[in-house]
Amino acid sequence: MTLVTYPKKRIEIIVEAPALSRVLKALDGTGVLGYTVVPALAGRGLGGQWTRDDSFNNASHMVSVVCIVDESLAEKAVSAVYAVVSAQIGILSVSDVSVMRKEHF
Amino acid sequence: MISLFDLALSNLLSPVVLFFALGVAAALAKSELAIPDAVAKTLALYLMMSIGFKGGVEVSKSGLDQHLLLAILGGVALSALLPVIGFSALRATSKLSVANAAAVAAHYGSISIVTFVAATQALQIVGLPYEGYLIAVAAAMETPAIMVALYLANRGGKTSERKDGLWREVALNSSVVMLLGSFAIGCISGEAGLKPVAPFLVDLFRGVLCLFLLDMGLIAGRGLRQGFRTLSVPVIAFAIYMPLISAGCAALLSLALGMSSGGTALFITLAASASYIAVPAAMRIALPEAQPSIYLTLSLAITFPFNLTIGIPLYLWLAEAIQ
Repeated sequence: MTLVTYPKKRIEIIVEAPALSRVLKALDGTGVLGYTVVPALAGRGLGGQWTRDDSFNNASHMVSVVCIVDESLAEKAVSAVYAVVSAQIGILSVSDVSVMRKEHF
Repeated sequence: MISLFDLALSNLLSPVVLFFALGVAAALAKSELAIPDAVAKTLALYLMMSIGFKGGVEVSKSGLDQHLLLAILGGVALSALLPVIGFSALRATSKLSVANAAAVAAHYGSISIVTFVAATQALQIVGLPYEGYLIAVAAAMETPAIMVALYLANRGGKTSERKDGLWREVALNSSVVMLLGSFAIGCISGEAGLKPVAPFLVDLFRGVLCLFLLDMGLIAGRGLRQGFRTLSVPVIAFAIYMPLISAGCAALLSLALGMSSGGTALFITLAASASYIAVPAAMRIALPEAQPSIYLTLSLAITFPFNLTIGIPLYLWLAEAIQ
């Protein structure tokens, strides 16, 4: 069997939990077909080390949003998200990926 | 009148404070002891549910009167005034930026409901009753400080304030909804409604508070370990003298509010406490350039332990002294 894959863009946004609803709203506004949100457990950045156990409230928690989109939508989606997260703590990255079901993205 | 020493001693030796101290010690010793995040959130919701419900039941017995309205107005005015004092003090004594000073000031104008809960336990130890409507006052004091601090930060127009949806999030944050919702349910259901849920909402309260404060101790201990590297002496000092200034302002204002000694002690405690739930989340959206490592360390790692160990008995003593 020949494996057929299709090129897409993978947008990953690691951002502070309080900004999550705004990030998702921005993505929704660009017409992306889907995304996945997962909580971040621990990490290290310019502000030093942190873990999810450092606080019981959302203010210092981080979440990761993964969104795979067609190349035609990538720039619009990244611009919309960047407008939200540019002043926040976090990382916005875009990478090339291959998917098997192109109609899902 | 109980002496300040006796108050401080009974407070320091209470299980609540000792469990907090255990948490701090465990964190400083780099123990792996941790309360899972979801459990800590549940404990916090339980505490707000219990304190809100009990406050509502007390109000159902005494009824709503002009004292409630007066206390809410007083609380709102105080919550709006304290950030101005805090901001001015920080700008005069430290090198904090406008955004950082405003964010810290917002925390000290708003309130900590856990400090309030701990103070109700201290009142219970010395047998002082308090007005149930102070729950509503606590909820009313969450937000004004945020508005004033954002105004202070944006006077120069140099910060990137974003308010889209912010006020809805602040007004409907989980602590406000749980507190006011439980308060309303307690008002409606009264003493008869409390009886069947008392084994959960009353009997378990102290044990849950001990477990929650163990977690707070762990968080404060981690904050102490990391935060002191980045904070200057004037900023650390602010976290001790600002609660005392706030307590003084609240004590003066309470003279006009006609509350009992217990109620006055709680009102002073509310003013002297610093937020670490509602305000940090609001600041991450409205003032993202302010550094959470500054305001969370001050509020959680310095002011909260100070209030829990020294502040609460001091405010209780002050309330008795001015009544």
